[in-house]
Amino acid sequence: MRYISTPSVMKKIVFAMMVSAVCAGSARAASEADYLAAVAAAESANKEAGRLRNQWTVTQAAINAAKKAAESGNLDQALKSAQEAEALAKASIVQATSEKQRWKEMEIR
Amino acid sequence: MAASIRVRAVLNGEVAEVQTLIQHPMDTGLVKDAKGEVIPAHYIQQLTFTHKERTVFLADWGTAVSKDPYVKFAFKGAAKGDELKVSWVDNKGATDSLTATIQ
Amino acid sequence: MSALRLLLALATTLGLSASAMAADKPDPAADAKALQDYFVKKFPKVAFDDFVNGPYSMNADMRKQWEEKEQFPPYEFALDSGKEMFAKPFKNGKTYADCFANGGIGIRQNYPYFDDKEGKVITLELALNRCREANGEQPYSYVKDEMASLTAYMAYTSRGKRFDIKIPDDPRALEAFERGKEYFYTRRGQLNFSCASCHVQSPGERIRAEILAPALGILNAMPIYRSEWSGMGTISRRIVTCNSQTRAVPLEPQSDEYRNLEYYLSYVSNGLPVSGPGARP
Repeated sequence: MRYISTPSVMKKIVFAMMVSAVCAGSARAASEADYLAAVAAAESANKEAGRLRNQWTVTQAAINAAKKAAESGNLDQALKSAQEAEALAKASIVQATSEKQRWKEMEIR
Repeated sequence: MAASIRVRAVLNGEVAEVQTLIQHPMDTGLVKDAKGEVIPAHYIQQLTFTHKERTVFLADWGTAVSKDPYVKFAFKGAAKGDELKVSWVDNKGATDSLTATIQ
Repeated sequence: MSALRLLLALATTLGLSASAMAADKPDPAADAKALQDYFVKKFPKVAFDDFVNGPYSMNADMRKQWEEKEQFPPYEFALDSGKEMFAKPFKNGKTYADCFANGGIGIRQNYPYFDDKEGKVITLELALNRCREANGEQPYSYVKDEMASLTAYMAYTSRGKRFDIKIPDDPRALEAFERGKEYFYTRRGQLNFSCASCHVQSPGERIRAEILAPALGILNAMPIYRSEWSGMGTISRRIVTCNSQTRAVPLEPQSDEYRNLEYYLSYVSNGLPVSGPGARP
């Protein structure tokens, strides 16, 4: 059984990978609207992080990279960088929120 | 502007120990400023220590020497109260000198 | 019997509530003692006063190099220009000496202090700029050479004097201390570091090529000549740079957070001598 099933599982995986590759390839390229929405989301999350006094330098760097890519017409890259920036901003918010209590764990008493 | 040089020369037995600190940017010409413009090279090319008309230490420097360089060396043949003249010339032609007394 | 039991129960309750109250109310003296004890226990070979010498107190090789360097310290130029700047009158004829107790000489150990009129912490750098502004001069950048030269001179005239930071019995002062402590222990930046990650957990260890300084006494050596910067750095510059190295966006120099942090860090180093200006690799 093992000898038979293993190649068939492999085949299935390879097939799935091919399908997903084809799908990714056929997915429409990022539109300007996608990019604008993503960069707006990133900026608003980063603003929230600023309100919590905990922005990360890398967030602004990713936003800048997104804008630069958009200017040069590479919307796929622009979307990717904007999404990364939003993820970073959200992580900084989570950090600031959880540290409100967690800092006490490090305190020397 | 002799303010760019600090010297301390102390006689220790028959050897005079000299320490010098010089204030100088020592720009290499490879660094850019905040606006992205190259800071032109500006460095000390020659540093000379003279004791009684004799050059006891001569350094030909390039851009690899750090900002505000520090030099320490020793030489024989000096007596307490002797004068030691320090001078430098940089690649822009600026110069400075100072005469210290050996203690 | 029952009366005794009641009394016991009452005493227990009272005792409990008293300790609960003690836990709620900030106790800076206890915090300072706990932190000092922590360092003394962690580094039994380091003399207490030596903590102000940062990494040199924990690494014999670095110490040797530093002692050699101290014969001809790299902050000398800053010290000289600071002395000159300090004595030079403003356009209105007054000088820095008019703004400070004892003419500004030998007072570094009293900063920062809590100002009860403003309800906030006043650091030495802030006081210097306020002095300038009160006399019609432009304030200096908190992270550049002029400020470092001035504080270098003021620290130099106070060398050996022991930090004597006061926390008045004012809820706002206690709050400032608590907020400073919170800032110190709060992780921030993409690298998820707090001040304490380096300066409490790992002093004496290397981070890349540097040897980390202990939090205890870290401000006593300020301002510092950093060879890495090939120049002088103020307390503001040090904190701003610490922040950006953890990939956190630094706050404005002399923001409330930084002032509180300085208050906390200075208070817990009470009793340690001023050693600034310092030299660090």
